[in-house]
Amino acid sequence: MTRERKEDRVRRLLDGPWPAVPPEVCAEALRRGARQGRRRALARRLLWLVVCAGLVVFVVWAAVEQPWVLPPAETTPPLDGW
Amino acid sequence: MRQRQARQQARRAREFESFVAGAAGRLLHAATLLTTEPPDANPRARRLLTAALTRTYAHWDRLRGEDPYDRARQELAARFARTAWRAHRGRGGVLSALGPRERLVVVLRLGEGVAEEQTAALLGLPVERVRSICARSVATLTSGPRTSGGASPTMTVAPS
Repeated sequence: MTRERKEDRVRRLLDGPWPAVPPEVCAEALRRGARQGRRRALARRLLWLVVCAGLVVFVVWAAVEQPWVLPPAETTPPLDGW
Repeated sequence: MRQRQARQQARRAREFESFVAGAAGRLLHAATLLTTEPPDANPRARRLLTAALTRTYAHWDRLRGEDPYDRARQELAARFARTAWRAHRGRGGVLSALGPRERLVVVLRLGEGVAEEQTAALLGLPVERVRSICARSVATLTSGPRTSGGASPTMTVAPS
């Protein structure tokens, strides 16, 4: 009860006159925001490019190297006594 | 292709301009409360607003139905939280008696009517902390003019 009254008082305190918005704020935000957005898009594209290139390199390497195939044994057990 | 892009860009800019026309006054009011500057001399609040709007516009296409006002307010609060520690003394505004985090909680909860849970998520605090900070700040603000320099115990930020 009293807490709500206090909160209402603070709300009224905060509800003072609004400052005037300078006209250049919007243009500035537009300009800088567009640049930031472009840079962000470029970075994203670059990241995708790197990921795709990595994938291609891996697939080519795997196809050539075939690491799942066991290498032929280089040493054979000694064959004596027959 | 290029023409379509240009048209899309123009449409986006128009949408953003009409958003700013409707929202900037209220956002600047909130920013000025946060920086505790007088309403007619608020360079810090203006910079805060410009930065928040810049980020909002940079993400304009990726809002995906999110309210741009919510987004801008979030950016504003986050930026203030990041930068406020440098200068945490009041500058004569209504909330000068409070520390930066208390100001954030009061402005979001009581000035903007953001729910406790959302405020907590935005500031990265537990809900109980938000509640207690809010209660303490309300007590400070309604207990009449206090002597200056009464920084709250939570705001023990080392002066830079």
